Amino acid sequence: MANTIAVLDYGAGNLSSVQNVLRHFGAEFIVTSRPADVERSSALIFPGDGEAAASMGELRRTGLDEALRSFHASGRKILGICIGCQVIFSHSEERDTACLGLIPGEVKRFPRTQGLKVPHMGWNSVRFRFRHPVFEGVPQGSSFYFIHSYYPVPANVRHSAAETEYGETFASAVAARNMVAVQFHPEKSGPVGLRLISNFLSWDGYWDEDGAADDA
Amino acid sequence: MGIGTKTERQTMLEKRIVVCLDVRDGRTTKGIRFENNVDVGDPVEMARQYYEEGIDELVFYDIMASAERRKIRIDTVRRVAEQVFIPFSVGGGISSREEMREVLLAGAEKVSVNSAAVRAPRIITDGASLYGSQCIVLGMDARRDPAMPSGYRVVIDGGRTPTDLDALAWARQAEELGAGEIVLNSIDADGTRGGYEIELTRVISEGVGVPVVASGGAGRPEHLLKVFREGRADAALIASMVHSGDFSIGGIKDYLRERGIPVRVT
Repeated sequence: MANTIAVLDYGAGNLSSVQNVLRHFGAEFIVTSRPADVERSSALIFPGDGEAAASMGELRRTGLDEALRSFHASGRKILGICIGCQVIFSHSEERDTACLGLIPGEVKRFPRTQGLKVPHMGWNSVRFRFRHPVFEGVPQGSSFYFIHSYYPVPANVRHSAAETEYGETFASAVAARNMVAVQFHPEKSGPVGLRLISNFLSWDGYWDEDGAADDA
Repeated sequence: MGIGTKTERQTMLEKRIVVCLDVRDGRTTKGIRFENNVDVGDPVEMARQYYEEGIDELVFYDIMASAERRKIRIDTVRRVAEQVFIPFSVGGGISSREEMREVLLAGAEKVSVNSAAVRAPRIITDGASLYGSQCIVLGMDARRDPAMPSGYRVVIDGGRTPTDLDALAWARQAEELGAGEIVLNSIDADGTRGGYEIELTRVISEGVGVPVVASGGAGRPEHLLKVFREGRADAALIASMVHSGDFSIGGIKDYLRERGIPVRVT
């Protein structure tokens, strides 16, 4: 188990595309909903489409919420995707849900304004705010595939690692020490998405957030 | 036209170019251009080729009935998902929750329902509540008909059977039932390569809050430009114009980008 990636399965959507990418890279992984498996793994992928309240409920029921907290505290690397980029914050507007609180901040819904179709679904441009090992070699402004109605608002702007425009500017990726989370789906985003996942696989999990400049 | 205005730019996603592959018994039915480099009939090979050329999304339509064919379909979906890391949808004869489930679990991003949804609209609601609206696409075939309020009538069974449904009314109903996207095919334009049915696309796209994919009639890059600008489509489906080898994905995207349409660069 020492070099195994745990892919969290908590009933939040389809994990087959994440698994296909990991197989593509020959990575050793297990798909699991057991805290004991998480504890033994060297890296964690926290994927999922779905809804914040149901996701949090399932994480609590399985004990994965505590497993995630202690994994995070241990300094091992974590990649959050989509709903996994939302429930890591303190709170979500989606059914007023208390979340994991690994990164301080809120999750908000896109405004119901004229002409703004929600969910935000399709390809959109991502501008990185600073250099990070997980974004290495991904060109500035690359398009990634999005499908979501809510977006993260980190309390501390330095945790916002990338920005995207949709009605307003929102944080499409966040980074805090041993964790990177992306609101888009790298596993569905063609070559740039594969590059990001491959970077995560080779990342040592260390990133000095105090040393990151606010300009890329 | 409005494209390029400030407010619009902020709310506008990149326009998607979607390639459609018609599959029958696990083999594609068109694809002349691939004769020299890949197995013409293999949908997995063709999908991979388009993926490498920078297509934004793929749609597979198959003619389906028997249980045996379902197995072939699932195998195809699984093989595509292993090699093609962009969203793709599967449609054609899907009429049960079980079929939706197996297609999604095999790795498709979305399933599309058409005639079955007209006969029993409940399948849209069921699919959306089980898998989320983003997975459920309404495929709709429409034909010009001045007797209908919107000017277009819904037809089913590949255009052979007319219904009593008005195209706009049905699109709105499907959205309410939980469809997350509409692939709108004009039976009048389909197969002509003379251009999309602009009026139909505009009426539906302005009338619903979910993305509309224009389908039927694409023959030249100008047709995509027009359906994005005047038809207000969110995505455009193409088939024979690229299967024939007459145009490339890169060439079509360059043409659109030079004229101010935001498209994904690969």
